[in-house]
Amino acid sequence: MTELLYIALFILASYSFMVNKGRAASLGKFNTLHSQPYYHGLYSSILTFLPAIILLIFWSSIQNIMTNLSIRDFFVDVSDPGLIKFYIDSVINYSNGVSSKIIEHDGFMPAVEKYSSLTYTSTILKVIVVTGLSIILLRASIKVVTVDFKARDYVESMFTTLMKFSSVIAIFVTIGIVLSLLFETLRFFATVNVFDFLFGLHWSPQTAIRADQVGSSGSFGAIPVFLGTILISIIAMLVAVPIGMYSAIYLSQYASETVRTYAKPIIEILAGIPTVVYGFFAVITVAPFFRDLGDKISPGTLSGESAIIAGSVMGIMIIPFITSLTDDAMNAVPSSLKEGSLAMGATVSETTKQVIIPASFHGIVASFLLAFSRAIGETMIVVMAAGFAANLTLNPFESVTTVTVQIVGLLTGDQEFDSAKTLSAFALAFVLFFLTLILNIIALNMVKKYREQYE
Amino acid sequence: MNNLNKRNKAEKRFKLYGISAVIIAITFLFVLLFNIFSSGASAFKASYIGVKIEIPSAMNIDEINSRKEFKRQVLKMFPEVETRSDKRALLSLFSKGAIYEFEDLLEQSDSNGLDGYYWFLAHGDLDMYIKGTVERRGNEAGRINSKRMTFVDALREQNLIQLQANKYLLSSADSREPEMAGIRGAIVGSLYAILIAFIVSFPLGVLSALYMEKLASRNKFSDIIETNINNLAAVPSIVFGLLGLAIFLNFFSLPRSAPLVGGLTLAVMTLPTIVIASRSAIKSVPPSIEEASIGLGASKIQTLMNFTLPLAMPGIMTGTIIGIARALGETAPLLMIGMVAFVVDVPGTPLDPSTALPVQIFLWADSPERAFVERTSAAIMVLLLFLVLLNLAAIYIRNKLERKW
Repeated sequence: MTELLYIALFILASYSFMVNKGRAASLGKFNTLHSQPYYHGLYSSILTFLPAIILLIFWSSIQNIMTNLSIRDFFVDVSDPGLIKFYIDSVINYSNGVSSKIIEHDGFMPAVEKYSSLTYTSTILKVIVVTGLSIILLRASIKVVTVDFKARDYVESMFTTLMKFSSVIAIFVTIGIVLSLLFETLRFFATVNVFDFLFGLHWSPQTAIRADQVGSSGSFGAIPVFLGTILISIIAMLVAVPIGMYSAIYLSQYASETVRTYAKPIIEILAGIPTVVYGFFAVITVAPFFRDLGDKISPGTLSGESAIIAGSVMGIMIIPFITSLTDDAMNAVPSSLKEGSLAMGATVSETTKQVIIPASFHGIVASFLLAFSRAIGETMIVVMAAGFAANLTLNPFESVTTVTVQIVGLLTGDQEFDSAKTLSAFALAFVLFFLTLILNIIALNMVKKYREQYE
Repeated sequence: MNNLNKRNKAEKRFKLYGISAVIIAITFLFVLLFNIFSSGASAFKASYIGVKIEIPSAMNIDEINSRKEFKRQVLKMFPEVETRSDKRALLSLFSKGAIYEFEDLLEQSDSNGLDGYYWFLAHGDLDMYIKGTVERRGNEAGRINSKRMTFVDALREQNLIQLQANKYLLSSADSREPEMAGIRGAIVGSLYAILIAFIVSFPLGVLSALYMEKLASRNKFSDIIETNINNLAAVPSIVFGLLGLAIFLNFFSLPRSAPLVGGLTLAVMTLPTIVIASRSAIKSVPPSIEEASIGLGASKIQTLMNFTLPLAMPGIMTGTIIGIARALGETAPLLMIGMVAFVVDVPGTPLDPSTALPVQIFLWADSPERAFVERTSAAIMVLLLFLVLLNLAAIYIRNKLERKW
């Protein structure tokens, strides 16, 4: 039904374009019109289409929210919010014919009926109102076609508004991220103390599902999680920094043009490989390799989830970030500095160490920071190759967990949305978001500094 | 002089470090690719067992119980088999899919009767043995016990076990049976998701880049937008998944696991990439062309639409394709919005529950069944193929269509 409505609006818009263009063209000679017939057509089709489509999208989302709220009333006796969500989803799926599963609950069938009738009335109303609005505006826009009508000015100002709106979207996204994280994080901190979370040493988010259950009440000290994240990221940096730095030095200072044109893109392919592939590589190839190596030294030292496995694979992944950013920074150093040093008799390596690197220091540090923030936020490699249990250790051969592993673990699978367990994932994500944001802001400022210095 | 020797040696050493770093980085890439390709290539073939089927043309096909008939035909090849457990061992060499293949065969025969050897899909356990994934120890190999092995040996003697092209991998969706599992559902889900991501993020990104580059006055507000976009580009992808979870699923109550939600989430993630690429493409259009257009009486917007945008389009497309390629390989945000379900149907619309190709790789990589390992690699090969194609398109556009001023 709704798909048909979209098509109908589209047809109306095309129709109004044709009609108004034709009318404007018949008004007089080309040069007597303020705007070309094309703009008259465009003006009318925008007027027919845009308000109606905005209303339609708005209505559809409101309808979704309202119907969900109204069928919630049938399940007031259910106390678990996760279960209510599940029931509501089942009602919606059953009504839409997606699944034929019936829930054993007195309110289920009445809820289905209520949902179906509500959706039906709302859809009918929606069709009438939206097409009505579209047709009214179409008629209104046909009336305004005159020689003096400034159709082009209106179309252009509408277009400018659209462009303004598009560029503000990015801000809305940021606000959306902050609000959605902040909201849930605050709810989490209503049950768990902020300082317990930030400085607690014990992390085991399993809370008792039923009141009578024996088990931990869940403890949310996030230090082991943060420490694990930093440990794995540092291992990754230990792999990536030397390889990435020396590659960049070779490519920018020594390599011939031919080597550069081939080697640089090949290294950059490493950045284009999806991280889930790295995760698989870590599990299938790197983990057995390290395990065999560990068994040679002393059996059982390494599990398949040791920090060093995820860390080293992540290191491979971030090599190209360091290589290409460092390479850019080194190339931005004015060649006069380099040539001056070489002319004084310094070798290329001495020039690199004593002139190029100090001169591009800001850019190099920025590349490290960006790579580090990438490592902290990386998800799939650690989800597949690191552990879930939070151990408070700095030993790279033991299993540790990371922020992203915890977020994925806590939010996938069956979840009750309001428990401290799921809310803690948002608190972790909040910390992650701010940490990467700060690293990024510092890095971007540094990049700006070296650009300003030499350009 | 001694000092000079030392310096020269240090120079050589330094250069050597550089070369080895480049070689190590490239080696990593090739080891990674070699591993995937060597373990994934075998998944494009599957083991099939030849069965002699004899159905007289007089027989009414509608009356045949295909399951029973198939069993009968198989057992007929080994008349000496009597005990129930032996029969079960023989039949267990076939996949569940073999029955469906038999049904298709019956339908195609058009009541003309069947006579001759036909090939049916073998069970995943047998497939792994035939491909040498599990090694034979005495009379056993992995889950092929000695009872099953006698039949395997007998069939191999008659050359009735063959590796043929794997029909299931690219044409069916996920399945619990590794030999019947395919990636079609995941590919369709991924295509829907990136299509939606493109439809949403491309116009928004281009319009926003045009505005920021050409119309916005430089003030505090435009600075905020600019830093904001640069920072969004570095936000970890999982955070976008949480945004999708909180906004699209919990607030707007859109369906869980749907490619629509996945696409919207990926669109938000790709937007900064497209804006940044578009801005640099728009910036590179020479102002003289715009000034000429303005000078001839075109309005600002007409100039942008008729000259700036078409001239910047190749650069914009290159950036967009690279952004979309990144979105195609992205897994973490899709896990957050529930595109991680076990789905056996190919999704028909973007609102049906579905997985995506990278998520399917994650699911299979997590599976304890060893037969999924080669399929995971094969799925990765398909994903990499798509990425290579996208990047080739981007390179083609950059080299052929982009104009240097």
